[in-house]
Amino acid sequence: MLDIVHLVLFTFLAVVAVAIIRLKDLFAAVMLMGIFSLLSASLFTVMDAVDVAFTEAAVGAGISTILMLATLALTESEEEPKYNRFKILPLIAVVLTGAVLVFATFDMPRYGDPEAPIHQHVAPHYIEHTDDEIGVPNMVTAVLASYRGYDTWGETTVIFTACVGVMLLLGGHAIVERFRRRRKLDVEGDS
Amino acid sequence: MTGVFAAATAAIVVCMGLTLIRSIVGPTVFDRILAVNSFGTKTVLLIALIGYLSGRPDFLDLALVYALMNFIGTIAAMKFTRFGDLAGMEDEESEELY
Repeated sequence: MLDIVHLVLFTFLAVVAVAIIRLKDLFAAVMLMGIFSLLSASLFTVMDAVDVAFTEAAVGAGISTILMLATLALTESEEEPKYNRFKILPLIAVVLTGAVLVFATFDMPRYGDPEAPIHQHVAPHYIEHTDDEIGVPNMVTAVLASYRGYDTWGETTVIFTACVGVMLLLGGHAIVERFRRRRKLDVEGDS
Repeated sequence: MTGVFAAATAAIVVCMGLTLIRSIVGPTVFDRILAVNSFGTKTVLLIALIGYLSGRPDFLDLALVYALMNFIGTIAAMKFTRFGDLAGMEDEESEELY
């Protein structure tokens, strides 16, 4: 049953990706990108990567959709037809790169393989000692918030700074204008 | 009991397909916003069902957080179509629906 769900979700992903490329209405493309993130988030959940799924849903479906919409508010929401022509050379380049990437996955360990190198390094230590050293029932939470606490802290700072910067670049001017107008209205109201 | 959960999962997946078609075809902006919103709801339901299918209902709180995030995302998209940015709350002359 779960395999069928996997297959259907992957088919949906491919359909959405093709639709994003084909659509000329950029607002619709942004909405479809939100759906794409939700689909990948549910795929990650089905594959037991719950924390990755959560990040994908928050960043992909939440923040990126809003940032894309903010960008659309500044530009046209219709794609220019000059990017519409079919070109053979980019197609060959993309197909070749994809083939190389798929070829590279053959060397990777199988999904869920306990002998994979990533499960041999420090993972056994976490599995054995999380309960004594941290005392948090969820092992992923213990690794993220305690063993790699400084790392997570740094990541959060980077994401927050980037978010504030982009928001200021996209919406700062309009907010300043609004405050200026409101102050002017207040002054006029007082006099 | 597993059969019931499997049937419900199949139904949800079919619904996801239908919503997907609406979000691709949908002629107006609001069709698409509604499609994304209801696709998010279907994702929440799917995660909850898969949690029970694989015998680990701990995914349920994750599904709840998804529901909250879906709501916030839809509100943000609606505000953008109405005001053009997230801070717009007051009435303005230039405001328009499109």
